[in-house]
Amino acid sequence: MEPLPYVSTTNACKLCGPLGACLAFRGVEGAVPMLHGSQGCATYMRRYIISHFREPMDIASSALGEKHAVYGGGANLKQGLKNVMTKFGARLIGIATTCLTETIGEDVPMIVEEFRREIRRKGGEEPPAFVSVRTPSYSGTHMEGFHGAVRAVVEQLAGEGHAARMLNLLPGFLSPEDLRHLKEILAAFRCAATILPDISMTLDGPALDDYPKIPGGGTPIEDIWRMGGAGATFELGRTLHGDPQSTGKLLKERFEVALHSMGVPIGLRETDTFFGALEQLTGMERSPRFAMERGRLVDSYVDAHKYLFGKRAVVYGEEDLAVGLTAFLAEVGITPVLCATGGRSGRFRSAVEQVTADILPEAPAVGEGMDFRQIEEQAEILSPDIMIGHSKGYSIARKLGIPLVRVGFPIHDRFGGQRTLHVGYRGTQSLLDRIVNGLIEGNQNNSPVGYGYM
Amino acid sequence: MMTAAGSVIFEERKSQIHRKGEKPFDMNCNRESLAGAVSQRACVFCGSRVVLYPIADALHLVHGPIGCAAYTWDIRGALSSGPALHRMSFSTDLQERDIIFGGEEKLYRALIELIDRHRPRAAFVYSTCIVGIIGDDLEAVCRRVSAEKDGIPVLPVQSEGFKGNKREGYSAACKAMFRLVGTGGTEGISPLSVNILGDFNLAGELWIVREYLARIGVETVANITGDGRVEDIMRAHGAALNLVQCSGATMELAQMMKESYGVPFLRVSYFGVEDMAQALYDVAAFFKDRDREIVGRTRALVKDELLKLYPALQEFKKDLCGKKAAIYVGGAFKAFSLVKAFRLLGMKVVLVGSQTGTDQDYRELHEITDRGTIIVDDSNPLELSSFLKEKECDVFVGGVKERPIAYKLGVGFCDHNHERKQPLEGFVGMLNFAKEIHSSVMSPVWRFVPRRKARN
Repeated sequence: MEPLPYVSTTNACKLCGPLGACLAFRGVEGAVPMLHGSQGCATYMRRYIISHFREPMDIASSALGEKHAVYGGGANLKQGLKNVMTKFGARLIGIATTCLTETIGEDVPMIVEEFRREIRRKGGEEPPAFVSVRTPSYSGTHMEGFHGAVRAVVEQLAGEGHAARMLNLLPGFLSPEDLRHLKEILAAFRCAATILPDISMTLDGPALDDYPKIPGGGTPIEDIWRMGGAGATFELGRTLHGDPQSTGKLLKERFEVALHSMGVPIGLRETDTFFGALEQLTGMERSPRFAMERGRLVDSYVDAHKYLFGKRAVVYGEEDLAVGLTAFLAEVGITPVLCATGGRSGRFRSAVEQVTADILPEAPAVGEGMDFRQIEEQAEILSPDIMIGHSKGYSIARKLGIPLVRVGFPIHDRFGGQRTLHVGYRGTQSLLDRIVNGLIEGNQNNSPVGYGYM
Repeated sequence: MMTAAGSVIFEERKSQIHRKGEKPFDMNCNRESLAGAVSQRACVFCGSRVVLYPIADALHLVHGPIGCAAYTWDIRGALSSGPALHRMSFSTDLQERDIIFGGEEKLYRALIELIDRHRPRAAFVYSTCIVGIIGDDLEAVCRRVSAEKDGIPVLPVQSEGFKGNKREGYSAACKAMFRLVGTGGTEGISPLSVNILGDFNLAGELWIVREYLARIGVETVANITGDGRVEDIMRAHGAALNLVQCSGATMELAQMMKESYGVPFLRVSYFGVEDMAQALYDVAAFFKDRDREIVGRTRALVKDELLKLYPALQEFKKDLCGKKAAIYVGGAFKAFSLVKAFRLLGMKVVLVGSQTGTDQDYRELHEITDRGTIIVDDSNPLELSSFLKEKECDVFVGGVKERPIAYKLGVGFCDHNHERKQPLEGFVGMLNFAKEIHSSVMSPVWRFVPRRKARN
């Protein structure tokens, strides 16, 4: 299904590159994200991210003004880096450009190199690591910014190293709860892994005695240095497969780390693939508790099937998450009538087709580069029973009078977005329960009788 | 040398922080934000968007890449009694090829498409950073579209993000609105009439104020901009008086209307009992020659409302007396009312600051605060968190970006920004405010927070 060819965008189903880069940088230990641009970008993105995670999200800015836009922002960038070093004690500063600095042609790597030389000339302590990424907000979505920042971290920091960890896990943009669950799984396989980025603590931390200049947690920089020595890389996200820019591909080409590209482990089969890969890598069998979780999940698939078969769903959001959700919905008998994303990687359609091919009689309609106006128009024609995606689809669900199961980012109208579990057997279980209950509640609300026993 | 030890105050920012009583008042403000300091400020675009956005029957099109429109999609609590076009997020979503070849054609086509689709009463076109850089001629495109679409006002808003701070954006918004003022008919407007400027109808606050004005016999011509309508703004010059609340945002419009149409203005605030009552008394005093009864009606209204309000407030005051409050808001004018409101609740304000205050604003805050109070301009999370700890605050008033600073440290929080969904203006608003402060301060959760365990 091709979206209608509108010139204007109404209610975008995507965000811009620098936001994704900031989120990725936030997942490195001791890192402070910094935007090279005008002050507003950093502030707007902070606000947006804080509303979802309900956690501090400090993003520094080079705070460019009119004269910098004309004469260049190098001096401000250096001053900003100096301030972040001295006041925050950053071990890494992740610098992302914006549409402004990309267009005036700022050469950030050169400015950073100059700055590094200036510090060394003056003596004193060794400067922190600087990683820069180009994220013009007029190209791609926040996911391009996210993956670009992850790649930049690896490209600019990773080496071969000794005593490397066994596995590099590139999880993509998952929730802190997802990452905690993945760590639990890895620990059960006694698999030492470098997870990049790791926002499990940095964007979901405890109450503290003091305001954290930089929140604890994140991928240790020492581990990133040695990513080239790992035995394998797992890269999660079906649309990354075949992406010439993927970080897993970079690790493979530069350090010959074996690359296993797989989907986000949502649903039975995608999770089986993930567990299978771990079993193969570690030579261990999964522990009985995961076998039990899997068994309970299959049992609940059976328990739920009459509530779900033939129900029509609209799924939307970031490409890889939407593909994972689609894979799962097909398994439980829900028909995804529209899989929509604001992204345009060009690999979304084939990924959706891959994960549904052996179950659905025909592939779901797919919309790339869509906004919520287009999603609404399609939804009105398709009359779905449920929507599955982030908070921004709420107005459509409200209009159609159908339940919205909130997953992914941003969750701005519910509590606990950072603790939403999507992955593994357990994450799939929680999604299944929420979807079934959403449909039951819808039936109850629309029933003239008001059955109390559904 | 490059460690995070020592003070969290940047050397360059020391002159923007004042502690009352330590030395004579002398404070810097209205500067560019310091690079790397994580300022709480937004940008010029933000300033324009905040002011114009609640005009509910206008199209608001952001000309730029997607972010600027996406991050401002329906984030505020500005309500409309009718059309709600303002709650949509429209963008030209500029792509790389538009940056190279220019975005004017895309803007033109987007405007035509959206005007045909939504039939708005006017269209505002916001410029973003990049549009300023590539030099699209917004004015020309807007003129062309206006001519092709039966003269519907299509107004460029020169709000390139890097052009200054939020105040520049307010100015751009006022200039755009002023092009509407004076273009409509003024017949039938009461001699006792006002425009409400600088109220954004968050959670329906403007309706509370309009109702008070109606009760004392004053007609409201235009809401600028909460629950705003293009047609009302076009005839706003027919009102007898402008009431300016958020002066940072709308004072410029009031001044232009005074110069061009002779409409005088009053500065008012609807927050807190004192300021709300004063606002109504000032309006009554202005109209007393045209209506001898108005002062009496106003007194009766205030008395009525206070009789309802005070007993309830006394209950809250018992618990809140002596507790300490911190304030960090966008505009400084709101801070004055908040200082008074906290005093009414028996609380002490120990920190007060804003993103965009002027020298005059801070001087006034210095006047009305107690000794030892910290006054700060254009602050950041490190400073704010250290002030909250130093002053042992019980509650912090700010916006969404300030919330995690308070919560991480176990300090209560009240959202007094554009995102609030509960009315805090008027007499009834004071009650809501007291309720919220009470529930924030008195919640038992603070006794479990590490930093405050020992104290509670």
